[in-house]
Amino acid sequence: MITLHAITKTYLLGSQELHVLKGISLTIHSGEFVAIMGPSGSGKSTLMNIIGLLDTPTTGTYALEGKSVSGLSEKDQAHVRSRRIGFVFQAFNLLQRMNALHQVMQPLLYQGANRQEAQKRAEDSLTAVGLADRMHHLPNELSGGQRQRVAIARALVTHPALMLADEPTGALDSHTGGEIMALLDQLNARGVTIVIVTHEQHIAEHAKRTIHILDGLIHTQ
Amino acid sequence: MLYFLEILHSALDEIRSNKMRSGLTMLGVIIGVASVVLMVAIGRGAQKTVTDRIQSMGTNLLIIQPGRPVQTDVRAFFRRFGGGGGGGGSSTSTLTSDDVLALNKQVSGLRALSPEHRRSMQLIVGNQNMQTSVVGVTPSYPPVNNFDVQFGSFITEKHLKGMEKIVVLGQEVVRALFGTQNPIGKDVRIENGIFTVVGIMEEKGQQGFSNLDDIAFIPLTTMLQRVQGTDRLTAINVSVERPEHTEQVKVLITAVLLNEHRIRDTIDQDFNVLNQAEAVETLNEVTKTFTLLLGGIAAISLIVGGIGVMNIMLVSVTERTREIGIRKAIGARKRDILQQFLVESTVLSVLGGMIGILLSFGGVLLINYFAGFQAIIAIGSILLALTFSVGVGILFGILPAYKAAKLNPIDALRYE
Repeated sequence: MITLHAITKTYLLGSQELHVLKGISLTIHSGEFVAIMGPSGSGKSTLMNIIGLLDTPTTGTYALEGKSVSGLSEKDQAHVRSRRIGFVFQAFNLLQRMNALHQVMQPLLYQGANRQEAQKRAEDSLTAVGLADRMHHLPNELSGGQRQRVAIARALVTHPALMLADEPTGALDSHTGGEIMALLDQLNARGVTIVIVTHEQHIAEHAKRTIHILDGLIHTQ
Repeated sequence: MLYFLEILHSALDEIRSNKMRSGLTMLGVIIGVASVVLMVAIGRGAQKTVTDRIQSMGTNLLIIQPGRPVQTDVRAFFRRFGGGGGGGGSSTSTLTSDDVLALNKQVSGLRALSPEHRRSMQLIVGNQNMQTSVVGVTPSYPPVNNFDVQFGSFITEKHLKGMEKIVVLGQEVVRALFGTQNPIGKDVRIENGIFTVVGIMEEKGQQGFSNLDDIAFIPLTTMLQRVQGTDRLTAINVSVERPEHTEQVKVLITAVLLNEHRIRDTIDQDFNVLNQAEAVETLNEVTKTFTLLLGGIAAISLIVGGIGVMNIMLVSVTERTREIGIRKAIGARKRDILQQFLVESTVLSVLGGMIGILLSFGGVLLINYFAGFQAIIAIGSILLALTFSVGVGILFGILPAYKAAKLNPIDALRYE
């Protein structure tokens, strides 16, 4: 489902070139649960952003679900992001002034769904992550674990083929983190492809496969 | 496309969550719109009252005034209308009582001639005094000018022949000098003479830029010989027998006066004959320019208000960089973000516009109440101001919205 070939990413810092990714080739199959591990600065988040079409590689090719997405226009990238990919971030990244329900409706509204349908699907999605009784709460009225559940519900509501989670438990205590991981396990069992970035071994153990990144290269997989 | 009400709702949320800042931003638009509507209303009001005043002076009226004709000298025109009341030419006046006699004799089709000599003078009664427009006239003034006494009598032939020191007062003057007392039979000091009040004019009220009730009439002969010591007139008002002959009569009058003044070339013409239609037309031109000028100045403040909106929207884009990143990550396209910010700036300026219009209504009520002047709010200017504020919102919202839309999602998400 994901095929990366010889991906590099170079940033320019002033006159100095910073080679973050130095040639990554990687295949992830549909329905897999993959963890990308590595120390800070290893390039794992950059790789994740490239997989999520939030960032573009300097060189290399990327095919998602058999279609090349390397040369897509910004508009088409936004379209793929909106339809095929769901994001979960370490910092939750919820919109401040929006209650949980509207938060989860938002991606559907951006897709052009009508309001009634969006609301119904958002309710289903929130119920699926165990927040049926918190739909009308604002982010600052929710606990960290609940916020991350809202973020997961928001990522799921579009029925994405791929869910990307960047340190999803990084801002949570270990108990709440465990609950979130259990939720991701459930989703994977239902067939959602999940790629998770982490630097914690016990989190990576939830995945079926772990890819270690070191200095911009795949170390072991 | 994102459901429109949803965008509108989040725009209102955004505006509400920053009340102070939104309020100050809107203030620029509020002031801009209110001043455009108000200024145009004042201009319209001025135009209407001036027109009404000229029309109330009676139809078939020709006014002969000293000085070059409007068509040949723009400065003369401004001197005349800028000076108010037609008193602008008193020192250089070329019209005399002989002209009146000549016109009476040589021009047919005249109903009446009303020569006048007008000057601003001080009137004193006891310890009350006021400066007002004193006009020396003949008994033909009321029918020609459509303005008559309400109490007592107007100036008669007998007063005129005897150069009597009598005066007919306008209602404003009565109020100022006598309060609620009956002034008829009482004395008024004008310059160095004592004048007896014989009549009070009917109330005409504020018309255009001057108050017709702020006036006093004395016999023309008294004015010329006993007060001023001159034979010069400041105007001759002529009423024509038949309205359809006004233009021919005007030509005749011009010919007779040119001859009287021994002028060969019309370039040297030292008087001019205005008919009412022309007067209305020229005054309309003036007030139109005036309205345009006021409106234009007000429009500048609307633009300044728009720049305020742009400024705040730019700040808002920077502040909300992270939000923009999140929205892009969950599927917002460039145009969704563009739309969001454009709607926000438009809502901001339209709200400001509506408040501005309400404010201008208040302003008009105040003006009408205190200034005794009828400002007229034109529907057109309201629509224009609203259209303008929508335009301001969009025009000045485009730059910030575009800046927001083109943010790279990953940079936006990393932004702290």
